[in-house]
Amino acid sequence: MDLKEKLVSSFLAFENSVDIDAYAHDVRTDAIKIFEEKGFPSKKEEAWKYTSLNSILKEDYSVFPKQENALEYPQVKKYFIHDIDTYKIIFIDGKYSSHLSQTTHDGIDVCLMSAALSKPKYQLIIENYFNKAAEKDSLTSLNTAFSSEGAYIHIPKNKIVEKPIQIIHFSTGNESATMLQPRNLVVVDENSHVQIIERHQSLTGNPVLTNSVTEIFANKRAIVDYYKIQNDNENASLIDNTFINQKRESLASVHTFAFGGKLTRNNLNFYQNGERIDSTLKGITIIGDKQHVDHNTLVHHIEPNCESHQDYKGIFDDKSTGVFNGKVVVEKEAQKTNAFQANNNILISDKASINTKPQLEIFADDVKCSHGCTIGQLDESAMFYMRSRGIPEKEAKALLMFAFSNNVLESVKIPELKQRITKIIANKLGVNIGFDL
Amino acid sequence: MLKINNLHANIEDKSILKGINLEVKPGEVHAIMGPNGSGKSTLASVIAGKEEYEVTEGNIVFEGEDIEELAAEERAHKGVFLSFQYPVEIPGVSVTNFMKTAINESRKAKGLDDMPAKDMLKLIREKSELLEIDRKFLSRSLNEGFSGGEKKRNEIFQMAMLEPKLAILDETDSGLDIDALRIVANGVNKLKSKDNAVVVITHYQRLLDHIVPDYVHVLYNGKIVKSGSKELAHELEAKGYDWIKEEVGA
Repeated sequence: MDLKEKLVSSFLAFENSVDIDAYAHDVRTDAIKIFEEKGFPSKKEEAWKYTSLNSILKEDYSVFPKQENALEYPQVKKYFIHDIDTYKIIFIDGKYSSHLSQTTHDGIDVCLMSAALSKPKYQLIIENYFNKAAEKDSLTSLNTAFSSEGAYIHIPKNKIVEKPIQIIHFSTGNESATMLQPRNLVVVDENSHVQIIERHQSLTGNPVLTNSVTEIFANKRAIVDYYKIQNDNENASLIDNTFINQKRESLASVHTFAFGGKLTRNNLNFYQNGERIDSTLKGITIIGDKQHVDHNTLVHHIEPNCESHQDYKGIFDDKSTGVFNGKVVVEKEAQKTNAFQANNNILISDKASINTKPQLEIFADDVKCSHGCTIGQLDESAMFYMRSRGIPEKEAKALLMFAFSNNVLESVKIPELKQRITKIIANKLGVNIGFDL
Repeated sequence: MLKINNLHANIEDKSILKGINLEVKPGEVHAIMGPNGSGKSTLASVIAGKEEYEVTEGNIVFEGEDIEELAAEERAHKGVFLSFQYPVEIPGVSVTNFMKTAINESRKAKGLDDMPAKDMLKLIREKSELLEIDRKFLSRSLNEGFSGGEKKRNEIFQMAMLEPKLAILDETDSGLDIDALRIVANGVNKLKSKDNAVVVITHYQRLLDHIVPDYVHVLYNGKIVKSGSKELAHELEAKGYDWIKEEVGA
């Protein structure tokens, strides 16, 4: 039985096993039909031309966690941003770990999707927001059909959440192969501000496939900063689907740090439903070996006077492959749109490759849209200059790569997170020098 | 300190240096002059260890050791410094951070610990004052958007920080106005001692009015064709290079 058949036939058993209200039940039932009809995407589809899921779909994944596994904090502390106080929503093999988490209902809700889907007091929010931003493509629908657990965050209006929220999904490798489908919902009401850091981390060499969906609603004048750390091991793959629905005058940013994993596909979609909205999409990709990272972005400018800023840097070594597919749609009504997109890449090895493709669909006539992509090698004259001052080749290379990705790092607003990312990059580049660029 | 014997060097099979002999002793200042395309910058790059050039014959001995097989950073650690004719812009790396990295990597190579931050700051302040460099300048990206004069001043600032045994100044005077020239020359002179040496590569006499050479060499067509005292530089300034070409051709 292939994975698709296995998932479809598991659906009924799953649907009977979870607590659900009627609304979610209908949504899930519709979703499994969409997945059954469309199946997993193949390279024949334009949006998947450069990313094949074949090699990861052939594993015999366990689609439901059979048992709960415990992790002690010291074992996994290094995956947390632990030098500052944060809220934490932590999952182990798809199950909530109250032991590692720190949630709250004190004025804001930082808790669980399973609770939001089952308890009457959340019913109105679920009916207003759940699956309202998500696209109806096959992978998102697959997640929707099985959506039962993940992070649920609701910030009512006029709240500045001082502590960042960490969402971490651990997989322990207890099953020979595990498929996880976390589902997150983030609703930020008028004038509120929240910062979220998300990470997926496999702790063993057993294959893990995560098909994650996050819906984010930034209501009027809300500010949402979302950071994704993707630094998983060579047997872990991630399909990360994120949908951000913005209302007027809201600011939303997503930073994606793609440093590892076997295959990573980021589907990042922004919808601007209001005027004077600002959307920021930034990313640093540094990979090697045979790793593959695909950034597939969409910014949909629907109303006038909005901005979007995209800046993706990629550094590819060994036989790694990258894809950047950035689509910007400017509707006829969306006059005075400012949309910027940049994708700059460095290929360190002859065998690494990147496919980069900007896609602009502009129907308005009074807009500023720019896009640019570059693919290059490390600047040899800069290398000689640095080495002639005593900086060894490896360190000089690392310094140049840091400098190359620095303006993305600069816009990280949490200093401890910025430090952590810097450290991860230094580790990846195999250097031990203090970068404070 | 530096002894170059019958040095031949190629780039992509094109022969540029065709048998250079040069000896520089501690405490000396040498000027290398010559028309465009004679191989002056190539000589500087080859001494500093640029990999694009291939040494086909002869050798470079620095402090009693053959260095032509060493990487550029290893030569730097031994005390060779090249002030670039065209300093490279490195966006995203600040002057301060670059210097910190360079100094600490050099210390690491010598088995020393990183320089304490306090000492580093003191050193930076001291040397930037010597070159009359504004503090704000130090947090800017290395050479990015610097004027020609600022770039050259920054080169000598780095030289002051690294305190090399042998400094090669490749057309450090080009792009400098008269005030900047004075500041740069003054910086070099203050760094001069009986233990280190300077090789000045230039087209013009004017830098040599400030940094006075003990010896002047004329490089032409990949060879040193004439050597003399500082008077030779004046003669070249007055008469140009044609008479030398004729002498060599004859």
